[in-house]
Amino acid sequence: MPEGEAVVRVQDVIKEFGPLRVLDGVGFDVVRGQTVAIVGRSGSGKSTLLRCIAGLETIQGGSIEVCGHAVGQPGSAARAQLRRDVGMVFQSYNLFPHLTVERNITLALMLVKKESKDSARQKAAEVLRLVGLTDKLLAYPEQLSGGQQQRVAIARSLALQPQIMLFDEVTSALDPELTAEVLAVMEDLARRGMTMITVTHEMGFARRVASLLVFMHQGKVWEIGPTAELFANPKTAEFRQFVGSEL
Amino acid sequence: MSYKFDFAFMADRWPDFVAGAWLTIQLTVLAIALGFALGTVCALARVYGGPVLRRLVGAYVEAIRNTPLLIQIFIVYFGLSSLGLKLSADVSAVIALTVNMGAYSTEIMRAGIQSIQRTQLEAADCLGLTRLQTILHVVLLPAMERVYPALSSQFVLLMLASSITSQISVEELTATASLVQSDTYRSFEVYLIVAVAYLALSALYRFSFWLIGRGLFARKRRLGTSL
Amino acid sequence: MNQLGTNHLLYLLIAAQWTVVLSLIAFAGGSVLGLAIALMRVSKLGVLRSLASGYIQLIQGTPLLILLFLSYFGLGIIGLKLVPLVAAGISLTLYAGAFLGEIWRGCIEAVPKTQWEASDCLGLNRAQQYAYVVLPQAVRIAIPPTVGFMVQIVKNTSLASVIGFVELARAGQIVNNSTFEPFVIFSCVAAIYFALCYPLSVASRYLERKANAGR
Repeated sequence: MPEGEAVVRVQDVIKEFGPLRVLDGVGFDVVRGQTVAIVGRSGSGKSTLLRCIAGLETIQGGSIEVCGHAVGQPGSAARAQLRRDVGMVFQSYNLFPHLTVERNITLALMLVKKESKDSARQKAAEVLRLVGLTDKLLAYPEQLSGGQQQRVAIARSLALQPQIMLFDEVTSALDPELTAEVLAVMEDLARRGMTMITVTHEMGFARRVASLLVFMHQGKVWEIGPTAELFANPKTAEFRQFVGSEL
Repeated sequence: MSYKFDFAFMADRWPDFVAGAWLTIQLTVLAIALGFALGTVCALARVYGGPVLRRLVGAYVEAIRNTPLLIQIFIVYFGLSSLGLKLSADVSAVIALTVNMGAYSTEIMRAGIQSIQRTQLEAADCLGLTRLQTILHVVLLPAMERVYPALSSQFVLLMLASSITSQISVEELTATASLVQSDTYRSFEVYLIVAVAYLALSALYRFSFWLIGRGLFARKRRLGTSL
Repeated sequence: MNQLGTNHLLYLLIAAQWTVVLSLIAFAGGSVLGLAIALMRVSKLGVLRSLASGYIQLIQGTPLLILLFLSYFGLGIIGLKLVPLVAAGISLTLYAGAFLGEIWRGCIEAVPKTQWEASDCLGLNRAQQYAYVVLPQAVRIAIPPTVGFMVQIVKNTSLASVIGFVELARAGQIVNNSTFEPFVIFSCVAAIYFALCYPLSVASRYLERKANAGR
């Protein structure tokens, strides 16, 4: 594992939905600048884990620390801090349908970061350039393809300049061509040194981009390590089987 | 039978009808605006509020929707004044119409708000928006857009129902008709004219709400789909 | 001033029977008219469709109170002595017919097109298609909103008080004129209306849920 400051610390996390234990003692660290891919079969708890890190779910045990602040702590101050530190992109894009692309991006800049309209607009233009959608500034979400919507969603998160970006199966709803354009944007981000945690089915992408691979199985971290190493030497039968089935 | 229609009275009395229609417009625009605001707040309470609040709003909605507007107007105007709260007929009318509108708006807006996916709220949460900001900027407009046809029909129905306020001597359109017919004895003609006036008002209201909808939901206009 | 007493309450309850009677008349009349309007609305003949939709627009754009006055005074014109029950029955029928017609049209159109096609292929004529295939299915869809609309009918019978028909609302005014306790009396009147309407509202919602669950 690369040396450096851990910006995300997940320790012994337990998450239950009623009688169902979805996360059963999950733990790992993420270092600044690292790209982490969380993979596993559906139902392995990988998306739930990401949602826990994003503070969208409460945990029943263990601890999650993001940039030195505990996640899931009561009190809005800690939550506001988490929102400044972490950006989240969803499988279903979740753009606001009644707002233009620009307004989708400037909304939080103006409401949360209290930026002026001009400065917010400038930032919107910048992040849209980053995802290659400068010409869609005034379009409404439903006028865009799924891939374009997802790129706008990434831009919307980026505009808030988070320390860490979380990606929750962001290409699962997309056709292969559209998947490629979104993955390209994410690769670019990784190259720029953004700390990223992505839950993904795209094994090719994980192989290429992720420095740390987390394989989840039955609510546990089943295997973890540098991506290349893990692929070269799978330790468990489950991971070997999983890799085989995904190819 | 031979009945001769006679509309001669209109030569003198048309200003009365105009004044009555104008009061109808004033009363109902006010009641629609206030009632919609009340309904929106109640709908938010019904969806996002605690159990006590939810039940209170539920009771309000059921009480209003299962009793006649006429009786609601009587309770506000005669009832409250007998308890010492003296209100003019006009104010009583606006209150009763607002409370009535509020209950129907609550039900309609509740459906709209519940149709907003949870993921939209999560996205707003992840961007750092507060609950209030989320409601104002992410929930309300799309919620309203989804139920706008039902809302605007309800608004038109309220305008028509405002004729009932004539029963507490609010001098709106219907009361004007009663007055003129008792002077002229041309009852049928008078009510025919008022019926036409209400039809025109309905058309005017529908058109206005359509225009407002086009303005509010700009996205639809751009995409060229009808509301 | 009379003291408010049980005899007053009894008087209200007796008057409430007229509210029920008037509601039933309006519902029966409105159903016949509404069915005709609904069938016209989905007719193959453009003239019938326009007639029906014109009728609906006319009634839905006019206050029921004005319809009531027009029926009342209109009956006077054609020489019938002013009978409040008849005038109220007619205007409520006209009103319910328009609304039920519109509700039922939606229900008929909700029956899948393939049902028409299938029965057509079996050689049924249009009347037979309606009678044996489409209407039986439409009726099932129509029950919840129809029960819901009955609430509107019951509430709107209160307007008959305006032309002097002594139903619940009018009885409330009469009692009030002798006791001068409007808040209590009209609250009682409201409570009786509520007792009539609320079960219908609940039934409508229950039926709706059941219909949705079955689909």
